Amino acid sequence: MLQDYLPIVILVLIATGMAGLVVLLGHLFGPRRPSARKAQPYESGMRPIGPGTRRMPIRFYLIAVLFILFDIEIVFLLPWAVVFKKLGLFGVAEMLVFILILLVGYVYAWKKGALEWE
Amino acid sequence: MIGDIMTSLWAILPVIVLALWACVLLLVDLWLPKDQQGSQQGESNSPITPLLAALGMLTSAAIVIARIGQPTMGFGGMMMADGFSHFICLLLLASGLVTIGLSHDYMKRLGIARGEYYVLLMFSLSGMMLMSMSADLIMVFLSLELLSIPLYVMAGIATPRPSSEEAALKYFLLGAFASGFLVYGIGLVFGATGSTSLQQIVAVVQSGNYNLALILGGAALIITGLGFKVAIVPFHMWTPDAYQGAPSAVTAFMSVGAKTAGFAALLRVFVLAFPAFSADITPVLWGLAALTMVLGNFAAIAQRNIKRLLAYSSIAHAGYIMMALVPYGQDGLSADSVASALFYLVAYAFTNFAAWAVVIALEQAGEKGLELQDYAGLGRKHPALAAVMAVAMLSFTGVPPTLGFVGKFYLFRTVLEGGHVGLALIGVLTSLVSAFYYLRVIVVMYMQEGEPEARREPWLQAMAYGSAIGVVALSIFSAPLLFLASQAVLKLF
Amino acid sequence: MLPIEYYTGLSVILFTLGALGVLIRRNALIIFMSIELMLNSANLAFVSFARSYEGMSGQIFVFFVIAVAAAEVAVGLALIVAIFHTKRNIDVDQINSMKG
Repeated sequence: MLQDYLPIVILVLIATGMAGLVVLLGHLFGPRRPSARKAQPYESGMRPIGPGTRRMPIRFYLIAVLFILFDIEIVFLLPWAVVFKKLGLFGVAEMLVFILILLVGYVYAWKKGALEWE
Repeated sequence: MIGDIMTSLWAILPVIVLALWACVLLLVDLWLPKDQQGSQQGESNSPITPLLAALGMLTSAAIVIARIGQPTMGFGGMMMADGFSHFICLLLLASGLVTIGLSHDYMKRLGIARGEYYVLLMFSLSGMMLMSMSADLIMVFLSLELLSIPLYVMAGIATPRPSSEEAALKYFLLGAFASGFLVYGIGLVFGATGSTSLQQIVAVVQSGNYNLALILGGAALIITGLGFKVAIVPFHMWTPDAYQGAPSAVTAFMSVGAKTAGFAALLRVFVLAFPAFSADITPVLWGLAALTMVLGNFAAIAQRNIKRLLAYSSIAHAGYIMMALVPYGQDGLSADSVASALFYLVAYAFTNFAAWAVVIALEQAGEKGLELQDYAGLGRKHPALAAVMAVAMLSFTGVPPTLGFVGKFYLFRTVLEGGHVGLALIGVLTSLVSAFYYLRVIVVMYMQEGEPEARREPWLQAMAYGSAIGVVALSIFSAPLLFLASQAVLKLF
Repeated sequence: MLPIEYYTGLSVILFTLGALGVLIRRNALIIFMSIELMLNSANLAFVSFARSYEGMSGQIFVFFVIAVAAAEVAVGLALIVAIFHTKRNIDVDQINSMKG
């Protein structure tokens, strides 16, 4: 059984060998002239603006929480979809009730202005 | 199959009505005219939302009452609408109605009146009712969360007041911690028996094909998880802060509702599923009950803030109710054990609401008027309110003729029948200790001079007098209530 | 297939880590993450027991725990954000205005 993994082992060995070789060659023959500009996080010539760990607007948090809440319904939708045909009409009605309850929450969030950016 | 579904839905109809009503109310409230001059955004002074909420609870209660004496089972044994759940549901719905009465003017006065509050109240209430019906550990967990999550929000509804936010955060963090224990405990019981249904757990236990260590570990974790909810020592750390910081009306609801539902689940799970292990579990319950009574009562002595005092008092009373659970596994005693616990829950609910109604009447904006000293002179200035508080304090202590006395009488009788003389002794002695701080409130009200200010709000006064009259009247006619409670014993179908 | 003890053992370790995290750490967010760890260790226990019993009910339970945990996250984060808004701090040792 372990022999089945042999090709993968060979592949891994070749891949790491190649990568190591390239790094080594660059290290041996490449010229090195460091400058302040090159030491910056982005070497594309853009001057970085502000620190990397900026604060996000709090509105992102509201959208994110709403996303979590409405996203998690997939956990029930997916198994439902798998046995959809077995459940028949009853399954449709049941899921309709579930979605309707979620819809109540959605309408509430909408009317309260949680989805508006301004 | 459709027939099955109809019976199942029929079994939990009171909860369905309540939850759907709450969903609709949430939408209705959005389109109700809001007070534009309100100091805070989203504040609503419309009396329509609380009225509609009360109507929903009354409808649900009417359905429960119409069903008394007709036990039904639904969802393949997951839900049981039996005498036990009917009793608990009625108590909970009554608590919900009283809470609306306590909240309406109070929330307006504090400037935190919001329509969502009543919707959350109804959602939490439906969780509590589901909890009293659950005969499957999955349902116990789900209904526990349904009752807790709205309560977390309700505790913090006075945001941005720091104490309310703090109360909500502490309640939330420890409540979530507790549900972690509960879920893991359910996991262990599932691992031991291969099922989460109480009926099947019993069947597996009778067949002897289970893992004892896992099931005892699971039971211990379930006690821990539910113990947090009903605030028994050593799982009580959140109680004083959460009770003090939350708006008083929320605290009143929290202390009665969450405790009732939590004990309903404890009673059902332990009496139905784990009677075979009482030899191992009873000593643990014994210790927890004794510890809770001692610590709750002694810690309450040092309190000067009335909300904190009532918080420790509620911990102590969780200990008394826990006492009823101790002999749950003894032959012929489980019925008495359940009946006396139910009776004490009713006594606690009435007494507690009477006390909290007075607290709410005296509370001033900015959390003033909550110290014991602020009650000085209440006996002269507001004799009726002082009388209500005095009745509540006497009932908490267990002095006749109050409901608290009758409740304690049945409790001690059950415990003595179970042969736990030591525990009954601890109960009596800690009651004596509790007399010290309860009577101190009465002394301050009647013997000391002061100028307390109290609100005269019609609904609040109605709730205060109603609860106090209930405490006295029901104690004199306690036989029918005990009969109802003893009809509500737990049994498997 | 690995024996079931490996999975349950891992879940016990995760649960203990989560419980210790709640008791030791003082940052409300980290405490909350530890609680999530406890819930997920229970999920692992459920799935592995469900596999050993060859039934589905344990796996269904996991779905419910996941959904409930999401609802808790929403409420919990909202509370933590509200506290941060007023206090500029979410250290639970600093949040102790009430005494007694």
